[in-house]
Amino acid sequence: MFTDFDLDFIIFGIFPYVALTVFLLGSIARYERDPFTWKSSSSQLLRRKQLVWGSILFHVGILTVFFGHLVGLFTPVWVLDALGIPYALKQWMAVIIGGPAGIAALIGGTMLLHRRLVDPRIRQTSSYPDIIVMVLIWLQLAIGLLTITQTLQHMDGAEMVRFMTWSQSVVTWNLNAWAMVVDVHWLYKLHIFLGLLITMLFPFTRLVHIWSGFAAPFRYLMRPGYQIVRSRRKTALPKRVGRPATPAE
Amino acid sequence: MRIRAQVGMVLNLDKCIGCHTCSVTCKNVWTSRDGVEYAWFNNVETKPGTGYPTDWENQARWKGGWERTKSGKLQPKQGSKWRILSNIFANPAMPEIDDYYEPFDFDYDHLKSAPEMEAFPTARPRSKITGERIEKIEKGPNWEEILGGEFAKRSQDYNFEGIQKEIYGEYENTFMMYLPRLCEHCLNPACASSCPSGAIYKREEDGIVLIDQEKCRGWRMCVSGCPYKKVYYNWSTGKSEKCTLCYPRIESGNPTVCSETCVGRIRYLGVMLYDADKIEDAANMENAHDLYDAQLGVFLDPKDPVVIETARADGIPEDWIKAAQESPIWKMAMEWKVAFPLHPEYRTLPMVWYIPPLSPIQNAAEADAIGTDAGMPDVKTLRIPVRYLANMLTAGDETPVVTALERMLAMRSYMRSKTVEGVIDEAIAARVGLSGRVIEDMYKIMALADYEDRFVIPTTHREQVEEAYDLRGGCGFTDTNGCSTGASGKSLFGGAKKPLKMPSEVM
Repeated sequence: MFTDFDLDFIIFGIFPYVALTVFLLGSIARYERDPFTWKSSSSQLLRRKQLVWGSILFHVGILTVFFGHLVGLFTPVWVLDALGIPYALKQWMAVIIGGPAGIAALIGGTMLLHRRLVDPRIRQTSSYPDIIVMVLIWLQLAIGLLTITQTLQHMDGAEMVRFMTWSQSVVTWNLNAWAMVVDVHWLYKLHIFLGLLITMLFPFTRLVHIWSGFAAPFRYLMRPGYQIVRSRRKTALPKRVGRPATPAE
Repeated sequence: MRIRAQVGMVLNLDKCIGCHTCSVTCKNVWTSRDGVEYAWFNNVETKPGTGYPTDWENQARWKGGWERTKSGKLQPKQGSKWRILSNIFANPAMPEIDDYYEPFDFDYDHLKSAPEMEAFPTARPRSKITGERIEKIEKGPNWEEILGGEFAKRSQDYNFEGIQKEIYGEYENTFMMYLPRLCEHCLNPACASSCPSGAIYKREEDGIVLIDQEKCRGWRMCVSGCPYKKVYYNWSTGKSEKCTLCYPRIESGNPTVCSETCVGRIRYLGVMLYDADKIEDAANMENAHDLYDAQLGVFLDPKDPVVIETARADGIPEDWIKAAQESPIWKMAMEWKVAFPLHPEYRTLPMVWYIPPLSPIQNAAEADAIGTDAGMPDVKTLRIPVRYLANMLTAGDETPVVTALERMLAMRSYMRSKTVEGVIDEAIAARVGLSGRVIEDMYKIMALADYEDRFVIPTTHREQVEEAYDLRGGCGFTDTNGCSTGASGKSLFGGAKKPLKMPSEVM
């Protein structure tokens, strides 16, 4: 039965769907069923040291890398062709922007991980998922930066286009996509696998705060004024003409 | 005009004996849990002192409250919305737990389990966060109790601004007072305005400011945003928490736990009607001295027929209007003008007000040289400098504080004359702009302070807010999440947390 067992097929053909399903359904379930546990789990109160620099470097770096991946992987290849952007140029941009951002995130992540493991206050108040997810992200950053060494050996962009095709095939239900990435360097494969693993663990860790982090600016900036007044009345009070009512929930 | 009702509080500092009963009963009810051991929704500070958390009044450091920008706009002192969002990864103005104190407990078990030893066994402290031994406790929730610590440190108290403070470090000139503090349930709350998630809100029916525990994401901008430092980050749940004005009690017409248990009967609770449309202008006065008066201007006379009619149209129940008419808060803040907001210069329009304390006449008495004004001592000779109280209660404007202190002295003088000498001296009342009848009313409310006079709290109109049929078989008050206990210990989401074991020492 397992004679045709192919690890590449499992990881790059099936696992993406498992990971994304768990990610989406898990997030929805947690938001609906256990909103009290949905939080950023900040530990700034307990120890400021190493957090301010660590957190800012880490977050700014990793957000840059995240959006770089998002735009880089999911921009259709024909858009690049239409705009006349050479693949090599795109790859250079990825290295030039992603490299420093990745390094910043890794430095920040190292500070945060060190603090989490070594500071008694933070260690004692960390849950296992807190530690696991930080270690995974640290590894992912380190491996991601290591892949640059491979990338620099083929700057024509062909390898990059394979990853683009693969990720776009996954989201467009092209189930043969896994074949695209079978013979890339193992560092890339490990990077993809870890990425999918983190995506799958996402709903069960503090990472859910990323959703809120993306939502917060919209919520906050679009809120009329600063204050929030909530009324529990079953029948709303009559609207006043003239001045707008204080924004209510 | 948009009329709303607010449950406000007045604390008569003249009668506070600093017994901390309010703090302890509050603690037992609300914050005897993991993650908020360090948090005191109600605490009592000895002033002058730097308070809890240390230096909380220094807004240049903590960026609490609001400020008027150069262009005349009102915005949080932390900055505009963009500015607040940019601090979401690390909040530069947020206090660390050491600014409050590291919570601790003692090895009590060691007292009974220690083997026979030469020395008497002792219970030594341990951190409630890490369980590690604390060799020396350096800080607590009330570290400056009754002027504890050196004057050099205590005198960093912000309220000494504009005062030659050195002489108050001398034994003969020293002074002190107690300042119980809790959430101010502001009309213009800075915590709510700085919350990116929109989790903090003011209740339309009674003005209580609450944090929605299911919407809070732990961005902790409220902790720095609140100038009174009365929003606490629970390091265990990752959510912010604050005083709830014991809303389950208030809703059923009962006073808050701190008020109910106050042995000095210093706390008052009552309804104030206010005009929500005036809030922004009142908080945005150009001159800080005008803020106190501007806040008085927000309140509406509950006996004015126009106000009553508008209040009805704005959905304020009849018994709430009646409660507002009998409100002890209205009498003390508006009629007698003896109660003041705490630090109006924060521009939050706080709703917990304070009656300044009288204090002994300075040592001038010994020299038989009391400064008197026609038989009544000059309040400028009181031991607590008027300027100090004014810095705390009226943004530095001494006139209203002087009037209040004079009225309190007049009340004593009038009642002494009446009860000891049997003489009703209307002149004493007239001198402070009151009548004998008003002074006797003041005496009844402020000195005798019967339970019914202190607490005039209408019940919530449940028929307006909930369907009893839907509530059948409900769980009553739970932490969150329907009937769940709120503990996420064994849940799939959130993971298991190692329970903190307090190791007892083996010798």
